[in-house]
Amino acid sequence: MKKLKLAIIPTGSCSGCDTSLVDAGETFVKALEYLDIVYWPIAMDLKVDSLLKAESIDILIVHGSIRTEEHEHLVKEAAKKAKYIVAYGSCTCFGGIPGLANLFFRDELLKKVYIETFSTVNPEEKIPGVTCEDERLKIPKLREWIHPLDEIVDVDLYVPGCPPPGEIVEKFLETIIAHAERGEPLPEKGTVLAGLKTVCDECPREKPDKIVVKKFVRISEAKEIDEKKCLLAQGIICMGPATRSGCDARCLKVNMPCRGCMGPSPEVVDMGAKLISMISSIVYADKEREVGEERLKKVVEEIVDPAGYFYRFTLPGSILGRTRRRRDKE
Amino acid sequence: MAKRFEPKIVAFLCKWCASAGADLAGVSRLEYPPNIIPITVPCSGRIDPQFILQAFKEGADGVLVGGCHTPGDCHYINGNFKCFKRVTLLKKMLRQFGIDERRLRLEWISATEGKKFARVVKEFVEELRKLGPIKVT
Repeated sequence: MKKLKLAIIPTGSCSGCDTSLVDAGETFVKALEYLDIVYWPIAMDLKVDSLLKAESIDILIVHGSIRTEEHEHLVKEAAKKAKYIVAYGSCTCFGGIPGLANLFFRDELLKKVYIETFSTVNPEEKIPGVTCEDERLKIPKLREWIHPLDEIVDVDLYVPGCPPPGEIVEKFLETIIAHAERGEPLPEKGTVLAGLKTVCDECPREKPDKIVVKKFVRISEAKEIDEKKCLLAQGIICMGPATRSGCDARCLKVNMPCRGCMGPSPEVVDMGAKLISMISSIVYADKEREVGEERLKKVVEEIVDPAGYFYRFTLPGSILGRTRRRRDKE
Repeated sequence: MAKRFEPKIVAFLCKWCASAGADLAGVSRLEYPPNIIPITVPCSGRIDPQFILQAFKEGADGVLVGGCHTPGDCHYINGNFKCFKRVTLLKKMLRQFGIDERRLRLEWISATEGKKFARVVKEFVEELRKLGPIKVT
């Protein structure tokens, strides 16, 4: 039996995705019988050389956003040899939570983190990566912006989720097993390994025919939550209506609103814009005439940090993608 | 002499009011700057924030949204209010992206207000001249 060569490259990642693979338990162990791991730093003692010197890679899994120059370099090098590239996890598919850094310029971020924060003592104002370029210690520079993987290399399969939910990971591993064992083709290019509907479709909560919201509350501020009723109808912002299904509404089942980690549903291009549209529609729906513009404006403007909330996982892959401010020096 | 900055404006106009107002401005031979690219939509409630963001991404310096007067003019009962809420929230988000909220302008223009349409376009062009070109990266 010929084994498939697998490389897993972590980029700007929290390693939750590695854990989700291992979490698949028996399916994962079964998959390992068909896989020959070329590179997976978190689990194997293989150095970067083994990735760069590998002759070919059958399946390349990347998890994490593309943040540093090293990430870009590794991914591009590996992609040259890879036959099938998988964007694993929301950071790789859309930019993920680290992608929110795109609302600021790189220099601002570095300055804030390494110089300005209250708990930092850095009298020489040293910033790693930018000033440290000693032969012995090479710290890769941060790229100006965070990118989802498909802006760097061609991606064959998307596995969204933060981390991808158990059922999807299992489905993913089973496709690999079927491919290795019986030669079944891998999903065609551009496939998203998740549902085709929205989270609302899977959510067991009772949804009223018409959702009317008079005031938005944060989940931490809500005094009482009806465990059976739609959260939006209770004034708690839930991103389910624009989020792709496939997670089995796992957050909603434990009284947490959907945060949108599965990314936009198939018909949605820009999740933030679509959520603005959706959230605005339900404010005093059909009662707008009676309450008037002033009141509507007040309710809508009470939403704190719309960009951060509505683009929580998808900012780099969205229409605007990054801040459009001018740099101060310009 | 340096060339004067000519802003590009994309205008989403509702079929029943603002677009008819623009037509009236045309047939009345009112003068207004040619910086505007009008797109007629069935109702201002049909304007998806995605359209507006796409316009900014493609290099529009400003986006004008025109609909029927509130409260009662909308042909579809409350489309103009939907538009109002969306634009209000979108403005707040644009601020976070570093796009000046004055670049997105919402105006209620009825089918009889050709003059208002011409005035709004003039004002908007002047304002955008002051703001300068949008940064496109």
